[in-house]
Amino acid sequence: MKTLVWVEHDNAVVKDATLAVVTAAAKLGEVHLLVAGSGCRAVADAAAQIAGVGKVHLADNAAYEHGLAENVAPLVAELMGHHDAFVVPATSTGKNIAPRVAALLDVMQISDILSVEGEKTFTRPIYAGNAIATVESSDAKLVVTVRGTAFAKAEATGGSGVVEDVAGAGDAGLSSFVGAELAKSERPELTSAKIIVSGGRALKDSETFEQVIMPLADKLGAAVGASRAAVDAGYVPNDYQVGQTGKIVAPEVYIAVGISGAIQHLAGMKDSKTIIAINKDEDAPIFQVADIGLVADLFNAVPELTGKL
Amino acid sequence: MKILVPVKRVIDYNVKPRVKADGTGVDLANVKMSMNPFDEIAVEEAIRLKEAGKAEEIIAISVGPAKAAETLRTALAMGADRAILVETDAEVEPLAVAKILKAIVGEENPGLVILGKQAIDDDSNQTGQMLAALLGRPQGTFANKIDIDGDSVAVTREVDGGLETVKLTLPAIVTTDLRLNEPRYASLPNIMKAKKKQLDTKSPADYGVDITPRLKTLKVSEPPVRSAGIKIADVDALVAKLKEMGVA
Repeated sequence: MKTLVWVEHDNAVVKDATLAVVTAAAKLGEVHLLVAGSGCRAVADAAAQIAGVGKVHLADNAAYEHGLAENVAPLVAELMGHHDAFVVPATSTGKNIAPRVAALLDVMQISDILSVEGEKTFTRPIYAGNAIATVESSDAKLVVTVRGTAFAKAEATGGSGVVEDVAGAGDAGLSSFVGAELAKSERPELTSAKIIVSGGRALKDSETFEQVIMPLADKLGAAVGASRAAVDAGYVPNDYQVGQTGKIVAPEVYIAVGISGAIQHLAGMKDSKTIIAINKDEDAPIFQVADIGLVADLFNAVPELTGKL
Repeated sequence: MKILVPVKRVIDYNVKPRVKADGTGVDLANVKMSMNPFDEIAVEEAIRLKEAGKAEEIIAISVGPAKAAETLRTALAMGADRAILVETDAEVEPLAVAKILKAIVGEENPGLVILGKQAIDDDSNQTGQMLAALLGRPQGTFANKIDIDGDSVAVTREVDGGLETVKLTLPAIVTTDLRLNEPRYASLPNIMKAKKKQLDTKSPADYGVDITPRLKTLKVSEPPVRSAGIKIADVDALVAKLKEMGVA
C-alpha cells in the first residue's frame, strides 16, 4: 500500500505531530509525504530526513500558505489518484482538511485511530473514549486521521526521502485567510510536553490562575492546560483546553489542580503515565483515575508545593 | 437568507456510556438522550442571526430514528421555523448524512448551513467538511465567532495554536465550537408553540441516497481501566513522590 502523509508545519519547520503519523502510516505500507505550503522548501527538505520516508511531494504555492481546506483538498484528492491511503494527524488542521478530501474521493473517513489492526482495520475511540470501536473499511481508498499520543514518534533524522515538486490548482476562490491570534509562549507545547499542570474552575479567575498555576509549571518546565470550565470562564484561552473536543494529551506526569474530572476532561488526559490530582473535594471523580491524590485546598497546597520544589 | 441546521439525537452528555456485554456497541436502552451539544450551539447561532436580521428562516434537519422528531421539536422550541426528519433506523455514517444534506440544500438553497463540529457519540468530526466538499462550498470549521457581511462571512476558528479568522464567500458551511455562544433554554410557551410548527418526514430514498455503511464495526470494547491510586497526606509527601519520579 502507498500512503500519503500530511506534513503538519508552519512553512518553516516540521511539527512533531507529523512523526507519530509517519509511524502509523508505516504500518500500512510505503510512506510518502505531502508538504503543502508557501515558501516551504526547507520543510520538505527536513521532512525528507524523517526515518523511513520515500517520496516527499512539495506543493509550494501562495494558495496553500495557511492550509485552507478549499484549496488543499483538491490537491490531495489528485495525488490520491496514485496513493491508497491519506494519513493525517488529528490536529485542527488535519481535522479540517481530511473529511473534505474523503468526500471528494467518496470515502468514509476513519477518525482519530488508536491502532492499525490490519490493512483496512483500525481501532478508534467513541463516546469520549468510553468505548473503543474496531472498524474495517470497505472503501477502495483510505482516509485516516491519527491520534498522535497513540503512536511512537518516528525518528526525525536518518531518512533519505526524495523531494519532488507537484503543481496543484491553487486558489479555489472560495475562501481567504484574514489573520490569526496565536498564543506565544516560552513553555512547552501541550501535546508534546512531558509534564502538564492543568487548572480547573476552582482557580476563580484569570489572575488567580496565573498566580497559582504558572509558577508551578515554570518550576517543573511544564506545559499549562485547563479544563473546559476554566476556558469557558475566560481564565485562559481556548488552546489550553484538554478534553474530548480540546487537546488530547498523554504526558509522563499530568497534574490536575482544582479539576473535578468530568468524563469529557478525562477523555483528553487519561492516557497520561502518572496522574496527580489536587482537589479539596475528596469525592471528586478525578481521584478515581489519579495515581496520586492530595485532598487539600489548592490555594495553600500549590504555592507550598512550588516553594518546596 | 435561509439557514439550515442539522441536529443529531445522541446520548445525553452527562450520562456515562456503558459498553454492551456482547461487544456490539454501547447500551442506549433506557438511557437519557438529548440534542448533541454542538448542534444546540448551531441552532442558537442560527436564531441569533435571525434575530439580528441576517436570516429569514431556520430549517432544522435530523437524520435518524422516529424519536429524532423530539430533538427537532427541541430545535423548533428554541426558535427554528420548521423541520425535516429524514427517518431511518439504520446507523447513518457522516458521508451518507452529508449526501442527504446536499440534496436538501439543493431544494432549500440556504445561504448558510451551520452544523455541530462533532457528535459526542461517534466523535467523527466529519459531516460539515464533507457537505462543503460535496457542494464545492467553503467551510468555516470549529467556529468561535461568525460575522456575516454582505455576500461573505468571516469565521473565527478555534485552532490548536489559538484563533484564526477566514473569510468565506456565501453560501458557506460553518461548524460550531464550544464557545460560539451559550444556547438558550426553550420556554414553556415556546415548547407548546413548537408542537404546531411544520415537521415533514422523509426517507433517505426520497433523496436518492444510498446509506449502506462503508465501515463495518467488528467490535466495541471497554477502554483499559485506570484504577485509583493512592492518597497522600500532605505536600511534603507529594514533593517526595515527584522527586522519586525524577521530575523535581
